[in-house]
Amino acid sequence: METYIGQSVKRREDDRFLKGAGKYTDDIKLPGMTHSAFVRSPYAHAKILSIDTTQAKAAEGVVAIYTAEDGCGAYGVPCGWQVDFKNGETMREPQHPLLAKDKIKHVGEAVAIVIAETQELARDAAELVEVKYEGLPAVTCPKKAMEPGAPKVHDDWGDNASFDWCIGNDRAEVEAALEQAHHVTEMTYKNHRVAPNAIEPRSYIADYDVNGDKWTLYTSTQNPHLIRLLLCAFALGIPEHKVRVVSYDVGGGFGSKIYHYTEEALLTWVSKEIGRPVKWTSDRTEAFLTDAHGRDHIVHSKMGFDQDGKIVAHLTDEYCAMGAYLSTFAPAVPTYLHGTLFQGVYTTPLIHLNVVAPFTHTVAVDAYRGAGRPEATYLLERIISKAAKEMDMDPAELRFKNFIPPFDGVNEPGYQTQVALQYDSGNYEAVLKRGLEMLGYEDFRKEQAEARKNGKLLGVGISTYIEGCGIAPSAVVGALGARAGLYEVGHVRVQPTGKVSVFTGAHSHGQGHETVFAQFVADKLGIAMDDVDIVHGDTDQVAFGMGTYGSRSLSVGGSAIIKSIDKILEKGAKIAAHKLEAAEEDLDYAEGKWTVKGTDKSISFGDVSLTAYVPHDYPEGLEPGLDFSSFYDPTNFTYPFGAHIAVVEVDSDTGKVNLQRFVACDDVGNVMNPMIVDGQIHGGVVQGVGQALLEEVVYDGEGQMTTGSYMDYAMPRADDVPMIETDRTTTPCPHNPLGVKGAGEAGTIGSTPAVVNAVVDALSHLGVTDIQMPVTPQRVWRAMQN
Amino acid sequence: MQISMTINGKTYAHDVEPRISLAQYLRETLNLTGTHIGCDTSGCGSCTVHVDGAAAKACTLLAVQVDGSEVTTIEGMANGNEMHPIQAAFKENHGLQCGFCTPGMVMTAADILKNNPNASEEEIRHGLEGNFCRCTGYHNIVKSIQHAAEKMNA
Repeated sequence: METYIGQSVKRREDDRFLKGAGKYTDDIKLPGMTHSAFVRSPYAHAKILSIDTTQAKAAEGVVAIYTAEDGCGAYGVPCGWQVDFKNGETMREPQHPLLAKDKIKHVGEAVAIVIAETQELARDAAELVEVKYEGLPAVTCPKKAMEPGAPKVHDDWGDNASFDWCIGNDRAEVEAALEQAHHVTEMTYKNHRVAPNAIEPRSYIADYDVNGDKWTLYTSTQNPHLIRLLLCAFALGIPEHKVRVVSYDVGGGFGSKIYHYTEEALLTWVSKEIGRPVKWTSDRTEAFLTDAHGRDHIVHSKMGFDQDGKIVAHLTDEYCAMGAYLSTFAPAVPTYLHGTLFQGVYTTPLIHLNVVAPFTHTVAVDAYRGAGRPEATYLLERIISKAAKEMDMDPAELRFKNFIPPFDGVNEPGYQTQVALQYDSGNYEAVLKRGLEMLGYEDFRKEQAEARKNGKLLGVGISTYIEGCGIAPSAVVGALGARAGLYEVGHVRVQPTGKVSVFTGAHSHGQGHETVFAQFVADKLGIAMDDVDIVHGDTDQVAFGMGTYGSRSLSVGGSAIIKSIDKILEKGAKIAAHKLEAAEEDLDYAEGKWTVKGTDKSISFGDVSLTAYVPHDYPEGLEPGLDFSSFYDPTNFTYPFGAHIAVVEVDSDTGKVNLQRFVACDDVGNVMNPMIVDGQIHGGVVQGVGQALLEEVVYDGEGQMTTGSYMDYAMPRADDVPMIETDRTTTPCPHNPLGVKGAGEAGTIGSTPAVVNAVVDALSHLGVTDIQMPVTPQRVWRAMQN
Repeated sequence: MQISMTINGKTYAHDVEPRISLAQYLRETLNLTGTHIGCDTSGCGSCTVHVDGAAAKACTLLAVQVDGSEVTTIEGMANGNEMHPIQAAFKENHGLQCGFCTPGMVMTAADILKNNPNASEEEIRHGLEGNFCRCTGYHNIVKSIQHAAEKMNA
């Protein structure tokens, strides 16, 4: 019998994508569908003096125009996470209106929506809407936003802070330990703002059916049920059972398609007003201006060491931008997804992090691939490499000295950190050892020394990361401010013929769930993969779900499916026992059939399935059917880890960084499909490389974005990166049935500091100790001249 | 304006607004939605098609500019159910994840190999410079094109 777990099974979703037959939201056309365009503010901060739609309303093909005056969505879109001030004050949470009323708070904020017969006519008419503004001073830097006299984003409060939060040991204790430390390494830098840039722009179609009094929202989202919940319960106050949210193929998310956006709610509202379907698809500049961004932390950190190089204390203060409004997960990102990873893979006994999270006159910042964990890893891995240089130690050696010793979470307990979490299982030495071996570290150091003699600037950078994903235990996150549970739903319906439909609340937007989920379902049931179908992305088909982000699909969503499979096999055994006239405990299930132990008497899964639906000769009192749905709420996060090593050569004339090699040894627990895990790592690594070398969202002093197109915002292209050299160690997760940890974000979390460490290493003999990301030729060249 | 062109071997004639891009014409008028629009500045390459045998970005070409031309889109690459060797190689080598950039990647790959059947890794990477992929890190796309080249040259 063919088994699938652990095999690089080719993806079943690929055929439609390769033939151009994918079904992305913008590909959908509904009868009578209208199109829309937004009138967006060119100011970052302004009073709206007047809006005149007279001319626009008279334009060709215009169906309707709405502004905030028309009363759309009285409540605005909600925030899904509450992080209060450390002094107990409640998080400051502004209303996020669907259309701006009175005041503008970031460039690109929508002032009006124009509905017309075609997209072109909607855009033409939007040009005719006359809005008069009175421009006001803006603040876009999170640190400057907290200075006295800074322009205020919201007038409701005394300053721009949304919250001021801390985690870890007592600050005074950490400060005292730093004073006593043998050596203290200090860093001040910006973990700059980046744009997720899924290549498919956001796209929505809302369709209100007057006869059924029902809405259908087609949306490019990572979590259709969550969108339905937020839309119905908060943004519009419409009945949840009357709304169907559909997200078929989605062209990448990387976090930016988790959130409930104003446009989704507004289109849903408009559709009922006009009694026709309405579509909106973002253009690329709108995407830059309105999709939630990532990162944007200003960091000041000190790490203390004893004379043997053991870390004794770590103290950090950060200003983390929230943007103008609180996006769905925004407050969780620089706090519970960030501060809780400050232990890293090290035995640091004292840790304190303080986060001030101000509003800024920019678009919102929220989870972007890795979400808070890349920022934590960047800090830890940069500061340790900097410390190694200062203490004249090898950066690998300093890491080995400080690693948490191996533990499997079964025979040895999980590792209790100073920052709330308990790691599940890990072997951090093993990944670094393997990574160094893959690179040929010692030989490289010799090569580097030789190269320097010849004026060649070669550098190597190490990063040993851990991340917390598989989010998350509902009670834990609830205590930390989440306003939702973070379980997942897995529904397995065995059809009378023994074919299996699986309905999952997880959502695939590139991860290959249709293949991977079918692999383990087929194995667990002992049937062929072709007999298993995976359904996702439609709230009318899937009972409920929390969607895909935080590398949770397999560890949480997969576990929910396993729970339902267990129930199916348990019920199936009752039916099989009845048919075989044996006791349940005398049956074995393997290769798709129940067999009476020690005999050749057996009944197949297909026959049991048919019996369940044709229950003529059937166990007394047992319900017909073979169909179970389960909720799985994890008992802990999962903790993938790894070692990433970059090799760069810096052009001494131009400062251009050439990434020559990238080695990634990751441990994501058990692996269902190595091909897909490798693919996730490759892509993640290159996204992290993008932040290190190329990408940055820049707002000028007036809050204008100067990087709002692909002509201005540099993302990695094929010739910017080498092949990624990957390998794995396997430390199974001890607390979920598949032993999986998650692979979606690991690449991005580990890679950024490895690259910057390599660049600094290449220039270290010139006295360079740090370079602000992105490490552009200009910045490198300047650092070399100083 | 009245235009006529051959697309994937079939001839079409339509009266279009002069401002409509080729990408919009393919998607909106002809329902050939495999050509994707990821930007409007030729930056992302998701809209790459072949015009008279050469790769071109359909988002910044007007439909009227292509009047009288032969156009191939992703929908015209497979031979019925049999995928083009480049499509097959993408599947075999996991050269796609979310699938959105994929049509443009396949069309660009075909152009690269047409002009340089033995393209080196460096030449393939250079040839892909006009196409963004945010999922794969390009690793498996490059591998796919290398494998397709082997098959097509065999």
